[in-house]
Amino acid sequence: MKEEQKLPEEQQKNKGFSRRSFLKGLTGTAAGIGLSQIFNPALVSALEKGLENHPVLWIQGQGCSGCSVSLLNSVEPTIKKVLLDIISLQYHPTVMASEGETALENMYRVAEKYKGKFSLVVEGAIPLAANGKYCICGELNHKEITMLEMTKELGEKAGSVLAVGTCAAFGGIPAAKGNLTEATGVMDVFKKYGIKTPVVNVPGCPSHPDWIVGTIAHLLTKGLPELDGNGCPLLFFGENIHENCPYLDYFDEDIYSKTFTDKKGCRMELGCKGPDTYADCFSRKWNGGLNWCVENAVCIGCVNPGFPDSSSPFYESA
Amino acid sequence: MAGCKPEAVPVGVTGKKIKVSIDPVTRIEGHLKAEVEVKGGKVVDAKLYGGMFRGFENILTGRDPRDAVQITQRICGVCPTAHATASSMALDDAFGVTLTTNGRIARNLILGANFLQSHILHFYHLAALDYVNGPEIAPFIPRYKRNDVRLDKATNDVGVAQYLEALEIRKICHEMVALLGGRMPHVQGIVVGGTTEIPTREKLNAFAQRFKTVRKFVEEKYLPLIYLLAGPYGDLLKTGVGHKNCLAFGVFPMDEAGNTLLKSGAYTDGKYTPFDPDKIKEYVKYSFFKDSTTGLNPKEGKTIPDPEKASGYSFIKASRFNDKPHEVGPLARMWVTNPEISTTGQKALGVKKFREIGDAAFSILGRHIARAEETLLVANAIEQWLNEAQPGKETFVPAAIPKTAEGLGITEAPRGALLHYIDIKDSVISNYQITSATIWNANPRDDMGVRGPMEEALIGVPVPDPENPVNVGRLIRSFDP
Repeated sequence: MKEEQKLPEEQQKNKGFSRRSFLKGLTGTAAGIGLSQIFNPALVSALEKGLENHPVLWIQGQGCSGCSVSLLNSVEPTIKKVLLDIISLQYHPTVMASEGETALENMYRVAEKYKGKFSLVVEGAIPLAANGKYCICGELNHKEITMLEMTKELGEKAGSVLAVGTCAAFGGIPAAKGNLTEATGVMDVFKKYGIKTPVVNVPGCPSHPDWIVGTIAHLLTKGLPELDGNGCPLLFFGENIHENCPYLDYFDEDIYSKTFTDKKGCRMELGCKGPDTYADCFSRKWNGGLNWCVENAVCIGCVNPGFPDSSSPFYESA
Repeated sequence: MAGCKPEAVPVGVTGKKIKVSIDPVTRIEGHLKAEVEVKGGKVVDAKLYGGMFRGFENILTGRDPRDAVQITQRICGVCPTAHATASSMALDDAFGVTLTTNGRIARNLILGANFLQSHILHFYHLAALDYVNGPEIAPFIPRYKRNDVRLDKATNDVGVAQYLEALEIRKICHEMVALLGGRMPHVQGIVVGGTTEIPTREKLNAFAQRFKTVRKFVEEKYLPLIYLLAGPYGDLLKTGVGHKNCLAFGVFPMDEAGNTLLKSGAYTDGKYTPFDPDKIKEYVKYSFFKDSTTGLNPKEGKTIPDPEKASGYSFIKASRFNDKPHEVGPLARMWVTNPEISTTGQKALGVKKFREIGDAAFSILGRHIARAEETLLVANAIEQWLNEAQPGKETFVPAAIPKTAEGLGITEAPRGALLHYIDIKDSVISNYQITSATIWNANPRDDMGVRGPMEEALIGVPVPDPENPVNVGRLIRSFDP
């Protein structure tokens, strides 16, 4: 067992995994949807260079780990490739071997060493009430570290920030009406504390693995992707679900599903929020393209800044 | 580099008490700090600090009751299907709906597929790095300097290969969930009245085909590896006993009468009693909630946080059954149900039924054995449900929102017993209470000063090297908090 903690560039020597295999997968992927749109062969060498040794610190606030679990469902590249070949995941509470101060000291060391270069991924909301005490992320030198403190400190040092999932992007479920913790998203925190590091929102409850991996790849190779007014990449969140829905013909003919299991109709009367929602679920689908919310039931608009309140009640038409 | 900073130097680990804290405890779902006192190389006292509060109960108040199924899934991204099931059962109860046979089976298939996913994820991707060294890159390093991994290189390589293979296998489990549930995590498919998608022959075939791969992995890789660990880590079958009280709510209805695959029941101080939800109370003396809300049954439950409370050290309430702490999860379910174990297990342990494992079941490794055995048990049931599922037969029964009603949903998440309670007034939620598995297992002391199940199970756990308190994490993760 190697005891020393290696920095990412030192680790490369021992790995013996090829980045090229990942790139091949990434550029030739998924039936012409999404990821392949980002890349062309001319970018491959730049991508290869960009991805090399890239440290990622992934922190979790008020969340459910669902976005992390969703990322594990990445099909192309597989999560194995993501972990072994693409990023150097230096901190992730659900995945990393280390715990306690070993983990925190490594995290702060990487943040200092790669200041202005590493990517910070935030999953979960950040509670502001009670001095941030509603979410404690660890303890260093006998002092509690709140999610708010961690987000501020690492946010200032990061090269870029990905707010993954609707909680980190906009506050999401923890910020819903009735909450007592003043939960909010990364951009709000940065605004409040004057932190200038660029933030890309990759919402969804959970976020789609392709949206997460695709956004990271874009950041590293081509810089910030083109964003919509909510800070989300247009690449994934530019198209309206209803207008692109495979059941749009039913809508045009005024044929509506009356119960969930009646699939021969538009789902609008069941409460589908497709018309208010911009995301490419209609073509990308989920879990390897096997199914998606509207095929199964209805869209509840989980990528929207106002989710869940803007979609609630979920099963009443807007 | 130390994993934690003991407050005193561990001189020969005699006499002197040393306080060791681990924060964050990683490879779990959520935020947890462990603080133990070590004397003579063993844990003599333990406190677990639940460090996060979102307040789902507060957020649910005033909403359309049907929204609860979607919102409560977001409690846990590893086991959303369990919350969807508990919430839908509470609504079925409140709305007065009886499921169709196909609806019951479709729900079982969705929840069952995620049981497989969750157990495999837990062992390989959360727990295994306590026993196996990963590759020499992040996130597998850094790790404890002396991390007590005892496998030879060949066995360790097998472990790493299975870790990586299991990433693929658990993804396949999620595909099974998504085929009937829409997407995973956070399914659309489970709703009050049943499920939203009638299984077609094609979908059932796609499910069955994936299931075959998963089952093979469970039988040929997961179970054998668990029993193989019992060799080098045999001492971990003798530590982590806890209160030795078990509670199971029962899960997977096998017929319309509600008989379940895994049984409900309690095992308290060596005696078996039926489970009765009215005997649950939640204490908050040491939790960050208003003292006035202590000792309530979930049906009367209140969620009023008090984050600055002086006596508080956790955002987890101390749930008690018959005023006693009980552990929940695979060990509790397997102990209460007492099924025949796998042939691999029978050979390794020389016993036929689960309870014959005896005291060794109440241990760090015993909990992993229970989880692996349960994975196979659920897999066998999935095979049966696949045969029983009727392509094209209705899975959904429509029902109107009642003006006034209450409902109780009692089931099991992969990590343990789960209760949802809903009270509806003026057709909206007036109170919603959730008592989940981690609330049972990772809770703090109750008002009587009695430790929670995981706190108690930490007592006696060997920590010969306080700078590398490996067994503390092993014990905590054996519960899958």
